[in-house]
Amino acid sequence: MWYLLQGVPGPVHQDGRRGGGIMARREGIEVSIAIAEAARQANVDVVSAYPITPQTHIVEHLAQLVADGNLDADYITVESEHTAMSACVGASVAGARVFTSTSAQGLALMNEIVYLASSLRTPVVMALANRALSGPISIWNDHSDVMNERDTGWISIFANNGQEAYDLTLMAFPIGEDRRVMHPVMINFDGFILTHVIEPIYIFDDDEIADFIPPFEPIYRVHPDYPVTMGPVGVPDIYTEAKKQQDVAIRESRAVIERVFEEFAQRYGRRYRAVETYRADDAEIVLLAQGSVIEAAEVAVDYLRDQGKKVGAVELRLWRPFPFDDMKEVLCGNTIKQVLVLDRCISFGGPPGPVLSEVRSALYHEPLRPMVVGVVAGLGGRDVPLEDYVEMFQIGEDCLRTGKEPGEEPELVKIVGLRE
Amino acid sequence: MSVLQRPKEAYLNVFAYRMAPKEEFFTRGHRACQGCGPALGLRHIMKAAGRDTIVVNATGCMEIISSPYPFTSWAVPWIHVAFENAAAVASGIDAAIKALQRKGKIPPKKINILAIAGDGGTADIGLQALSGMLARGHSVTYICYDNEAYMNTGVQGSSATPFGASTTTTPAGKVSFGAGYWKKNVAAIAAAHDVPYVATACPSYPLDLIRKVRRSFELEGPAYIHLFSVCPTGWGTPPELTVRMGRLAVETGMFPLYEVEYGRYKLTIDFPQGLRPVEDYLRQQRRFRHLTPDVIEQIQSRVTAEYERLKKMEKVTQE
Repeated sequence: MWYLLQGVPGPVHQDGRRGGGIMARREGIEVSIAIAEAARQANVDVVSAYPITPQTHIVEHLAQLVADGNLDADYITVESEHTAMSACVGASVAGARVFTSTSAQGLALMNEIVYLASSLRTPVVMALANRALSGPISIWNDHSDVMNERDTGWISIFANNGQEAYDLTLMAFPIGEDRRVMHPVMINFDGFILTHVIEPIYIFDDDEIADFIPPFEPIYRVHPDYPVTMGPVGVPDIYTEAKKQQDVAIRESRAVIERVFEEFAQRYGRRYRAVETYRADDAEIVLLAQGSVIEAAEVAVDYLRDQGKKVGAVELRLWRPFPFDDMKEVLCGNTIKQVLVLDRCISFGGPPGPVLSEVRSALYHEPLRPMVVGVVAGLGGRDVPLEDYVEMFQIGEDCLRTGKEPGEEPELVKIVGLRE
Repeated sequence: MSVLQRPKEAYLNVFAYRMAPKEEFFTRGHRACQGCGPALGLRHIMKAAGRDTIVVNATGCMEIISSPYPFTSWAVPWIHVAFENAAAVASGIDAAIKALQRKGKIPPKKINILAIAGDGGTADIGLQALSGMLARGHSVTYICYDNEAYMNTGVQGSSATPFGASTTTTPAGKVSFGAGYWKKNVAAIAAAHDVPYVATACPSYPLDLIRKVRRSFELEGPAYIHLFSVCPTGWGTPPELTVRMGRLAVETGMFPLYEVEYGRYKLTIDFPQGLRPVEDYLRQQRRFRHLTPDVIEQIQSRVTAEYERLKKMEKVTQE
């Protein structure tokens, strides 16, 4: 019996809720393939993507689905990522549901059009297999590619395992295409660490997921029956107002994101939150991170808890729109004395990492804010083993005791796992 | 040479413009300079393309002058995304229209997809996207309006700038005669993709232009039209002589009008009595006025050779 009628048990979540009567099968499946399957189940109309390691298995599988007639879509074999995103924008304004996927250099090359995708309000869905930016060239995982796109106006969500990557890819469509939102969405998952791993993943029955994702009904589309002018010149009289509208829209998308998370939880039992916590209730030091490292951090938390340390982990799942309220609720006015931010990217010559500076500024005006310090680790595929997390918590303890930053002047960046 | 001495096709194309459709889809109110060749060309192109057309416009003169929010000169759906990606955006629209029609999400209907970009957006920064679009076989007509430099930003040289032209980045000076390179032949590059239709055109020959645009949409698959477009502002020519300058470019062989349909070359405007000397064309423009006789001689010999080559191509491929 392939199908589990008892419902789908979720990954580790606090309330332990489970769905009932959900049609899904648990498969040992490569995470890349599961993400491609999610795009198929969303019945995308156009896929436009350019191959780049470690994203390749996603687009290869989609191309095969189209070739076998299992997905009725046009797969555009573009000649660059710049064109990949340009064609996504073109297809989206024509009213198609669009999917693309890339990594690192590909994202950097398409950067110009990444901005345009959001300002033209095209709900493109992008699966981003996070990889380090060159140079030196590295095909391995960190978060420098997505951090480079922080201010592009995309909704940006992190998955920390294969199940989440699959679920979030499915949820990206109803989030982005909601008429109140109309924003592109990127789902982040770590290259190789997730993309190339075979995990047991609950894959929904096609019928089960079909009505979770309503058809895409764009507000405007380029079609001769409804002539519209899109992308006109933004003269100084209106540019500022256009940008303000965009900012308002992405902030207001938060309500839709919550609604989709809630609907997903109601239907399938797996509850997603903008900010997730692990054993943080009575913790004094919490490690805040994004992506797959959070699961390893949880193991470290368990290890240190066994030794009597009051530590926990916090996952910043929703990167844009930034969940200010959730962060305050989770981190302020409780037992937490320190937030130790783990950045997977260096902000050269600035505050050590982008996540650290965001978290700090989000909590700056809170009277009961904890100390916020940061370390950098796991750059360009450098493994972060258990002892490194233990070291991080030790650094956190030292900072708490001395009241100082982890790094020494003049270099403020403390890299854990650096070979001296 | 008087009008009547010209071949019949040439003067018919100049004077029988009343045969063109009356409807306008690139309409009045835009902010182009007086005597703008590309704007004149666009008007003809849109008459040929008609109502059921989606226009993708690269950043450039025609985009800027026609869409200062909240105004628009476009009576058809029109989108501008960026400078180098008109062909790429058009590819996406083509794929989407095909997929949505196939899946029954929008009603079946023949829709013309037209990508428009300048020579900078085509010969330079957009060449890769254009090549990709042509190679993938999208049903898109791509029109490059070639005014031979980056006019929108102030007459900087592009790879479509002709040999010897003075621009703000290829200026003539004490030791330089202007652009020291030969104009990139993008029509030949497009033809090398073995697409169904490639043509050169000029707004000074409106019926020839209209016929070519229509032909490009009749044939299934990608098409490329290189539109020679006089720019009085950038070239230093009197605005009222835009049409004449276009004709001179064709009559001197500086810009021959031809089409390549499934690999077969045809000169659509030919001059059996011979070409005028290039000096007739060059001497009337500020950008060429510094040219010495030896440079003009270089240009003349190149133009003559190119024209001969085209005639040979026509002969060989029409057999």
